[in-house]
Amino acid sequence: MQRRHVVQYGAAGVGAVALMLGVGWWRVDGPGAPKPAGQRPLPLSAMDFRLTDHEGNEVGPETLIGRPTMVFFGFTYCPDVCPTTLSDISGWLEDLGDEAARMNVVFITVDPERDTVEAMAEYVGYFHPAIRGWTGPANQVARAAEGFRASYERVPTEGGDYTMNHTASVFLFDAKGELVTMIDYHEPREFAVPKIRRALTEVVEGAT
Amino acid sequence: MTKRSYINGLPLVLLLSGMSTPAFAGSEDVVVENAWSRASIGVNRPGAAYMTVRNTGEDTVTLTGLTTPLAVMPQIHETKTNADGVSSMAPADEITIEPGQSVALEPGGLHAMLMKLQNPMIEGETFPLTLTFSDGGEVTVEVPILGIAARGPES
Ligand SMILES: [Cu+2]
Repeated sequence: MQRRHVVQYGAAGVGAVALMLGVGWWRVDGPGAPKPAGQRPLPLSAMDFRLTDHEGNEVGPETLIGRPTMVFFGFTYCPDVCPTTLSDISGWLEDLGDEAARMNVVFITVDPERDTVEAMAEYVGYFHPAIRGWTGPANQVARAAEGFRASYERVPTEGGDYTMNHTASVFLFDAKGELVTMIDYHEPREFAVPKIRRALTEVVEGAT
Repeated sequence: MTKRSYINGLPLVLLLSGMSTPAFAGSEDVVVENAWSRASIGVNRPGAAYMTVRNTGEDTVTLTGLTTPLAVMPQIHETKTNADGVSSMAPADEITIEPGQSVALEPGGLHAMLMKLQNPMIEGETFPLTLTFSDGGEVTVEVPILGIAARGPES
């Protein structure tokens, strides 16, 4: 049946990344320890990765600072969770109306092997126009996931293909790049939209 | 939303299963409602279809599998999201539906996973999907293909 080991990015994340570079990112079990409860994503300013957006622009965590940000990890070969979440996000953005234009909304692939820039461009084109698709080298995707404390794992399927297990929560950051909250998968829309409004209105000046 | 469910292929079922009696123990009372699916990009990515399977009869029925000319490997899958927020997908066990009950195949849970598509799923078209039951019966439903960003049977 399904292998259940999940790539974990924990305190030993740096070691995990080094190991990953050596043996291939999807084969790594990481430090092995279960993720401590309440382990939160880093502030965007403390993350370090280089990716390419679906229009070919070089992007990184600093691209997101200055505007509130919504981030979701997934992959375009995902038949269920990813299109569902991206259409949920599209619906939330429609509910927000003009306010949505003040946000960064980013879909980061955990399957860069298949999700090229072109694949990302075609895929995000079917959803709300505010959604950007980011991809890049496997090691940079791993660094991004590490920063967000997101995990993913490649799982073979019958017939020789593979699918990806991955963190399906939506991350919300304020304009300074501090985590505001996360929207869990299955969370009803009446909770999601107010959370996004909070990220949009979080006072930036003077904080910390 | 009009109901698109119907039962067909009975002679074929008998032929394939080699059953000597036409009496199915329950699956003739299964009704499939609100079936829908999302369009695909080409044929390399798997598709998914959703629906409600209702047992209107007096016998418990067990959904055991799927067939469709659209996909070489259709399978009932279940998506699960764990306490860490990690979603994974695996073939579901047999699905038992008690009399008067229904089972929802819906985003983020059970779904008809359509692996190895034979043709692209094109918005506005439909495809036949056959549900097979442990009593040898089958129910075929014509599944509408909605947009890639569709959220439910009415969108
Ligand atoms: Cu599936």
